[in-house]
Amino acid sequence: MAERYSSFRPGGRRWLWQRITAAFLVVVLAFHFFLLHFIYHADEVTFALSSARMESWAYYSLMILFLVTATFHGVNGVYNALINQGLKGTKRTIIKWTLIVASVILIVQGVRTANAWAGITILPF
Amino acid sequence: MSQSYNRGLIEDFGRWREFSAGMWAWIFHKFTGWVLVGYLFTHIAVLSTALAGDAAYTNTIQTLESLLLVRILEVGLLAVAVFHILNGMRLLMVDLGIGLEAQDKSFYASLILTGAITVASVPTFIAGAF
Repeated sequence: MAERYSSFRPGGRRWLWQRITAAFLVVVLAFHFFLLHFIYHADEVTFALSSARMESWAYYSLMILFLVTATFHGVNGVYNALINQGLKGTKRTIIKWTLIVASVILIVQGVRTANAWAGITILPF
Repeated sequence: MSQSYNRGLIEDFGRWREFSAGMWAWIFHKFTGWVLVGYLFTHIAVLSTALAGDAAYTNTIQTLESLLLVRILEVGLLAVAVFHILNGMRLLMVDLGIGLEAQDKSFYASLILTGAITVASVPTFIAGAF
């Protein structure tokens, strides 16, 4: 049998979470595109308009959940794709932690931006 | 023990002439996934100008949106996102064992629907760029 690499592990949780986040993202990504390109328009974007949306707790929570699920789904997808291409050993560990650090930075930066629009000053930076 | 067969190293892209519909779906899903995750990081970086204040954010977005190239790239992003969504729904169905015998047809349907939605969205995405 040819050498076979697979990111799939029987009983693995990463595979399941990739599907759970996918089901959520299918709906929310479509909503995001529709809201910001068809209801609002890209060339009419202002800080005040973004703030007005983000000051609603329902919209703010949805966008934070969107940020976290999209980051997990995207970064986990990249990690799985690399494993399927044969990534293993030390390289795999280094790439795994690089992706985790990149994800944390992306989420923190995204939350800070959402907070700037919503007028929330919880984080001390 | 489950049965296995020698599928060869399917990640060998040099064999693209032998690829079936399912293999193309896998490649397109992977390619659109890479584009979307790359865009996610870029998107948050651009939106972060909001941290520099109202004017910085509004000016950045409006300057970018005044560029025809950005509008064309946005149409490309829409096409990539729509395909990833439609093929993703197809994959969820495949994982659940639904419609396995029509998985090639549902891939072609994803492609056609992506094309139709993208073309229909061009006027909205380009509006105000000229």
